[in-house]
Amino acid sequence: MPAAQAEPFLRIEGVSKKFGSFTAVSDVSLTVEKGEIFALLGGSGCGKTTLLRMLAGFEDLSAGRIFLDGKDMAGVPPWLRPVHMMFQSYALFPHMTVETNIAYGLKHEPISKAAKQDRVREMLDLVQLTQFAARKPHQISGGQRQRVALARALARQPKLLLLDEPLAALDKKLREHTQFELMSIQQRTGVTFMVVTHDQEEAMTLADRIAVMDKGQVKQVGTPTDIYEFPNSRFVAGFIGSITSFEASVKGRDGDHLVLDVPALGAVQARDVPGLVEGQAVTLALRPEKLRITKNRPDATNVVEGQVKDLAYFGKDSLYRITLPSGELVQAHAVNANRGEDAARADWDDRVFLSFDPASAIVLAE
Amino acid sequence: MSKAYKTGWFDRKGWSDIIIGLPYVWLVALFLLPFLIVVAMSVATKTPTAPPFSFGGDYPLLNWEGYERVFSDGLYLRAFLTSVVNAAAAMLLCLIVGYPMALGLVRVAPAWRNILLMLVILPFWTSFLLRVYAWMGLMGKNSWFNKLLTDWWNFVVPVDWAVNSIPMMHTNFAVVLVMVYTYLPFMILPLYASLERLDTTLDEAALDLGSRPHQVFFDITLPQSVPGIIAGGMLVFIPAAGELVIPTLVGNSASPMIGRVISDEFNQARDWPMASAVAVALLVLMVVPTMLYSHFQAKSGGAK
Repeated sequence: MPAAQAEPFLRIEGVSKKFGSFTAVSDVSLTVEKGEIFALLGGSGCGKTTLLRMLAGFEDLSAGRIFLDGKDMAGVPPWLRPVHMMFQSYALFPHMTVETNIAYGLKHEPISKAAKQDRVREMLDLVQLTQFAARKPHQISGGQRQRVALARALARQPKLLLLDEPLAALDKKLREHTQFELMSIQQRTGVTFMVVTHDQEEAMTLADRIAVMDKGQVKQVGTPTDIYEFPNSRFVAGFIGSITSFEASVKGRDGDHLVLDVPALGAVQARDVPGLVEGQAVTLALRPEKLRITKNRPDATNVVEGQVKDLAYFGKDSLYRITLPSGELVQAHAVNANRGEDAARADWDDRVFLSFDPASAIVLAE
Repeated sequence: MSKAYKTGWFDRKGWSDIIIGLPYVWLVALFLLPFLIVVAMSVATKTPTAPPFSFGGDYPLLNWEGYERVFSDGLYLRAFLTSVVNAAAAMLLCLIVGYPMALGLVRVAPAWRNILLMLVILPFWTSFLLRVYAWMGLMGKNSWFNKLLTDWWNFVVPVDWAVNSIPMMHTNFAVVLVMVYTYLPFMILPLYASLERLDTTLDEAALDLGSRPHQVFFDITLPQSVPGIIAGGMLVFIPAAGELVIPTLVGNSASPMIGRVISDEFNQARDWPMASAVAVALLVLMVVPTMLYSHFQAKSGGAK
């Protein structure tokens, strides 16, 4: 693959940031390709915003290097970086109109006045705010402000656009709409996006690839599917989506399956994970939607009996909490495919059987 | 419900009227009435009686002579001009000195902020007169400060320009210097209040969009602090224009400021109508910029 040999568009190499004795970012290495939407996902204080601020040039690096388009960014001040940021608070200039806000980045650009006007008009058109050009930021809605911030950051045609929690300040309905709008604008402009978010859903829908961060470290980098279906650690599995996890140990291998001894479930077959040795302590993680609930014992590899303790009916699906004989609780999702009273649907206190495919079981050594 | 409970006593039995009304009563009794008395006096006629003015009788009911003299006699016009020039100079110098200080107060680490803010206000704890006398001591011909400046001057300039001492006392320079010193906190505090409210993310956004730090200051910080500049400017300009004590103590008696003229008319000349006319003219002069400011505030009020 010759593409893999080429210098990546953005290369973060062993970057660390210390504030006094506190390490905010610890030895992070990442590469981002041109035109990608890359998400930094993590809880508050995981170092994602610090990393973003280092990319923008607001924070110095304690260690490591950042290369953008082959150029070392060390010592390049924020105003000379081809990197722009959309701030979480949008940081629109309150004393300027929508139009002058968007034009601000072009103020010191060595291009003609007409070219600047064209660019501003193009940006207003891109975010559909032409009719609000003369308004002040306090005279437009939150969603419109977000679009002004986006247009302002894109007006200077950055190589890399940093988005700090781009949707956090919007209400839920607007957020879904804006998500798709952001993606379509990204596709049209071709600018590489780096999104910081604490919202896993936001990261999953927006991003081509996600880096999950915790305590200043990158835990896993991958596509949304990789991260969700093949988490590499208990932290990632627990952070993205919900799981029920069990203590387990490796018993042996049966063909291409791994056999686990799980005290709460008995013997469980799972997809083999290379490198595990017999007797090793591992964690078995099960996602609620991968479990099937039946009233009769199904013909499946992994079956466990339990009793419905709780059930929440959401309409399209239901969430069950099932007590195992060992006393542990398991969460399971069931899609309500049939309308009305369904004799096959488990109810409160019913004895039920939970089953899952070996391929669905996540085995985590870390 | 809880709001009604909390404010119930306030709305009941006219308590709210009393509490809101008291400041108005105060203002009417102690500002508006005396002012109307001064306005009335300004159109009275000077008499050798006590009090030294009368209306009607042997004299005209309304005597506009005071106002005529205010606008025709060069003494008053010069005094007005001196006042406005000195006050404007003090205001501008306070702005130039105070803005960096206010910005420093905002940008310094929070642990230092209160200490530095207290240092700005600290001079108020000493008597105002004492501080003016201290300046008189510094500026006087035989003070170590004047000697130091004189030595430095004589060292720097050609021999022909050498002086025995720097003439500082009894000049407009001294008046402006002491007024800047006295009124500086009145400039710094409103500036600090308006700068402190500014969102520093906006500065980062401007840096991010290609502006160098000095451009960020002129594009983002300065325009947003205009209300603070106007408030501070008026807090300095208005009292400085009517200042009496500082020009009396350190100023040049040959070119008096308007406060000194009013005082002399009242006390030396015992021409109360004339003094009142000058006072009313001064008030009008001060009211115009205040009204302009209110107009500006009302216009930009919606922007916050």
